[in-house]
Amino acid sequence: MKYILLMTGTKEGVDSYKAWSEKDIQTHFAHLTSVRSDLSKSGEFVATEGLSMPQQAKVVRAGKDYAPITDGVFPEAKEFVLGYWIVDVETAERAYEIAALLSGGPGPGGTRLSMPIEVRQIMSRGSGELP
Amino acid sequence: MTDRYLDHGTEHLLRELAPQVLGVVIRRFHDFAGAEDAVQEALIAAAFQWPKEGVPDSPRAWLIQVACRRMTDHLRSELARRRRETALVTERDYLASVAEIDSPVEHDDTLILLFMCCHPALSRPSALALTLRAVGGLTTAEIAKAFLVPEATMAQRISRAKQSVKSSGTPFRLPTDQERTQRLSAVLHVLYLIFNEGYVASAGPQVQRLELSREAIRLTRALHHLLPNDSEVGGLLALMLLTNARRKARTGPNEELIPLDKQDRALWDQGEISEGIALITATLSKGSISAYQLQAAIAAVHSEATKAEDTDWPQILALYELLKHMSNNPMVMLNHAIATAMVRGPSEGLRLLTVLDEDGRLTGHHRLDAVRAYLLEMAGDCSGAIAHYRLAAERTTSLPERNYLMTQVARLSERA
Repeated sequence: MKYILLMTGTKEGVDSYKAWSEKDIQTHFAHLTSVRSDLSKSGEFVATEGLSMPQQAKVVRAGKDYAPITDGVFPEAKEFVLGYWIVDVETAERAYEIAALLSGGPGPGGTRLSMPIEVRQIMSRGSGELP
Repeated sequence: MTDRYLDHGTEHLLRELAPQVLGVVIRRFHDFAGAEDAVQEALIAAAFQWPKEGVPDSPRAWLIQVACRRMTDHLRSELARRRRETALVTERDYLASVAEIDSPVEHDDTLILLFMCCHPALSRPSALALTLRAVGGLTTAEIAKAFLVPEATMAQRISRAKQSVKSSGTPFRLPTDQERTQRLSAVLHVLYLIFNEGYVASAGPQVQRLELSREAIRLTRALHHLLPNDSEVGGLLALMLLTNARRKARTGPNEELIPLDKQDRALWDQGEISEGIALITATLSKGSISAYQLQAAIAAVHSEATKAEDTDWPQILALYELLKHMSNNPMVMLNHAIATAMVRGPSEGLRLLTVLDEDGRLTGHHRLDAVRAYLLEMAGDCSGAIAHYRLAAERTTSLPERNYLMTQVARLSERA
């Protein structure tokens, strides 16, 4: 079963991240690298990507004749997807375990973060027989 | 082997030979994991060289020779490393001439390999992947593509699977009589899962997707050839063929699911149906009855009806009664409730669903809601049906199923 783990945050949260020390940032990325390497070894890793900062985010809607109408000004409190991981695991519990590893990465001064991670199962394209 | 521009004959030959060659190399070197890697390399070499240079006179000997050369190369470098540490092992202990190795087939090791790859010590995804590689002769890249994961992830899964085989200490021989039943049912379960993994809505003709269902049928056919008198194996092969026969009728042009009673039966593959029916008829006459056989027999009854209205539901109900006595599976109870409704009316079917509610094992499972919705509609309770189709749609994790269930909600809401 594949799950997507969505790392979410607000602009405010991202701004505080900019105040981290170099060592804090290195420690945090070392943690993520080690999670990635462990997932690869366990045969569960599918993909991970980080997304550009919310300041660059645009919301697009279709205008007349599908002309894009872009919108780029967002309230401070809005939640953004900052990045995601996709894992292929045997149980939902295993997906939650991985999400907790990502959530609890080291923050400023090595204190453990508790980032909210939204865990969603990816729908399969297969199906059983229907009545 | 879609990336290799092999004609079907050669591709088929390579897949057939893969487990036989692997058996020979394991017997010679007593190293399952190493031999499996060496054979994989030999298969890849063949896929590159044969289209250019032609298929060798003895393809099997060619593969054995290349795989053994890889093995000896690997062992030589391993020996050189170990010789630096200890002088005890001599090269002669490990290495034999290729001529000595290339003896004619004494036995087909496919069966032993299937038992090893489907060992209960392995997790399910590991067993599936290892079976496809070691017995099916597929490459890691092909298996990764079929399961939609990166090749590196699949490579790790396979290597962990081999590690589990090694640490389980399973010897390279057939299981003992005492273990046999349990080990064979593990093999059949893995083949069944491979089949189901492939039995999905096609992602369109432009997508070159490895057909896992076909591969599962091929492997089960090989197993049936090795164990022609085993009724479980014959039953599983028949079930796969009879299910696969409906593949084309199962989805519409937009990948929407079409349930059995709405399928265009002219699209059913009559070749697969007659092979499946012949198989199930032959195994049923052999006496002992197995769960796969009964499921195949039910599929056969559906196949025999040229129109949905002609379906012999009393016979299907009788078969589900037998199956229910044999296995304590809640999915069987669910299908039994549908068959009951078709024969004795929806209220009888709905009554059986309340037994399943109390049973608890399907609590929150979308299929229980979907069946309840179907039976409520049969009973004329439109709003109840809508509510349960909606619940099922919220709970399923399959996209085509969700689309189907939401379509039922829409259809009933328009009527209401």
